[in-house]
Amino acid sequence: MKKIFSEEELLNKKIRNKTLISFGVFFLFIAIAICLWFWVRHSEKIEGQYKPLRKVLNANEKVNTFLFNENDLVKTYPKSEGAKKVRANGNYGNKGSHDTVVWRLRVLHSNPQNPADSVLILSLSDIQQLQKQEECYNFKCVEGWSQISFWGGCRFYDFISKYKLGTHSGNAPDKNHPEDLYKYVSLETPDGGYYVGIDMKSMIHSQTLLAYEMNEKPLPENQGYPLRLIIPLKYGIKNLKWIGTIRFSDEQPKDYWFERGYDYDAAL
Amino acid sequence: MKKIIPKHPFVIRWTHWVNFPVLGVMIWSGLLIYWANDIYKISLGDILLFKFFPDPIYKSLNIEHRLSEGMAYHFTFMWLFMLNGLFYIFYTIFSGEWRYLLPNKKSFKEAWQVLLHDLFISRKPLPEKKFNGAQQIAYTAIIIMGIFSVLSGIAIYKPVQWHTVTAMLGGYESARMIHFILTIGYVLFFLVHIMQVIRAGWNNFRAMVTGWEIKRTEAKEIIIAPEPEIISDEIAKEL
Repeated sequence: MKKIFSEEELLNKKIRNKTLISFGVFFLFIAIAICLWFWVRHSEKIEGQYKPLRKVLNANEKVNTFLFNENDLVKTYPKSEGAKKVRANGNYGNKGSHDTVVWRLRVLHSNPQNPADSVLILSLSDIQQLQKQEECYNFKCVEGWSQISFWGGCRFYDFISKYKLGTHSGNAPDKNHPEDLYKYVSLETPDGGYYVGIDMKSMIHSQTLLAYEMNEKPLPENQGYPLRLIIPLKYGIKNLKWIGTIRFSDEQPKDYWFERGYDYDAAL
Repeated sequence: MKKIIPKHPFVIRWTHWVNFPVLGVMIWSGLLIYWANDIYKISLGDILLFKFFPDPIYKSLNIEHRLSEGMAYHFTFMWLFMLNGLFYIFYTIFSGEWRYLLPNKKSFKEAWQVLLHDLFISRKPLPEKKFNGAQQIAYTAIIIMGIFSVLSGIAIYKPVQWHTVTAMLGGYESARMIHFILTIGYVLFFLVHIMQVIRAGWNNFRAMVTGWEIKRTEAKEIIIAPEPEIISDEIAKEL
């Protein structure tokens, strides 16, 4: 004989079935989330970072490059607000000779007249002959701290203009012909222990300096004496101290912290 | 008699459950980042009350020396967090669900009653509706917190590109602190939320997964239900 269910029993059955289906989907969702998690954690690493995350970091960089406005200026402060005790974090790459008598800046460049890499060798006084630029701004470290500090040096753009560097043609850079500029600049310490790669757009920004002074005095040894990069558009990790060699390229140069899992552009 | 009553729409349930693991990853990866410069503490004069965070917490959660990993996760999951949040906000606006969620004049008075009830001070029963005043305030506040987390996040992620946002939040360091305090807020919200869900019981929790809840209709209706009469007729025949 057919069993007859009361209305209440039928309703209970319906409630049970609906609940089971919903929770089935719910647990499936949880299972997929867990699988995704393990998929990321077990993916290969590209430049020290899980591949899926590295891909997103590279995409983020494209968004940032798209939004980049070269006329944006980093906020500056009166020089009296610059810290007297300036924090020095990293000492990677400080093993070279920094004696200004023997220290020379080497700039590797090539041009149609001279296709092979040729080397421009400059002393600190050569750089100091360029117009001096002073900057007091909030220096930001990737670790999360920041500090207002005061720097002096020459604009990187003035430097490549004077010595006709950074272009494919070998002419002085021209902002109306951005295609003539190399896409990247690479900087390295004399001992090769620390190296950064930076996009040209950020390098030719008006606040990017080859700095030789801090608080109106020559750079202290731990701040990169005799010459360091000050690039307010980037985290401190790109502000290379003890500059030894500068190169230009269209391919992304190697970068110390990029190889250790950070995003390439470290842009602010 | 029981009745199946629709409660939470599909979109609200899904955005809620997607947000849960995503926000979890954001908080964890945020901790990996925060560790690299863990300067916040609560102190009374010179007396240190609490340091964010004590070393045993870092050690037990394996937080130390993972800054680049934290940044990579944070700047990946931020997209999911923002998209999911935006989806939720637009849905509540266009579906009319905001009517249940936004607090009104009565909400604050009602929230006080709910508080007294939850602390066992008052025995008055809670109002029978989808969201009471305390819930309206809490669920609206958490969305505003989310918006400010995104804004303060942008302010410290790209303080040059988005300098107006950074300036609006009182500068770089102030934005970082706002970002941190909001995160502590989520953790506290989570703890209270879990306690409330446990107290509200299975029917309430199930509704967040299935979308509906069971309501028992009035006892009066059961009395006038036909079943007892049929049984009594059969008994009468036998007699």
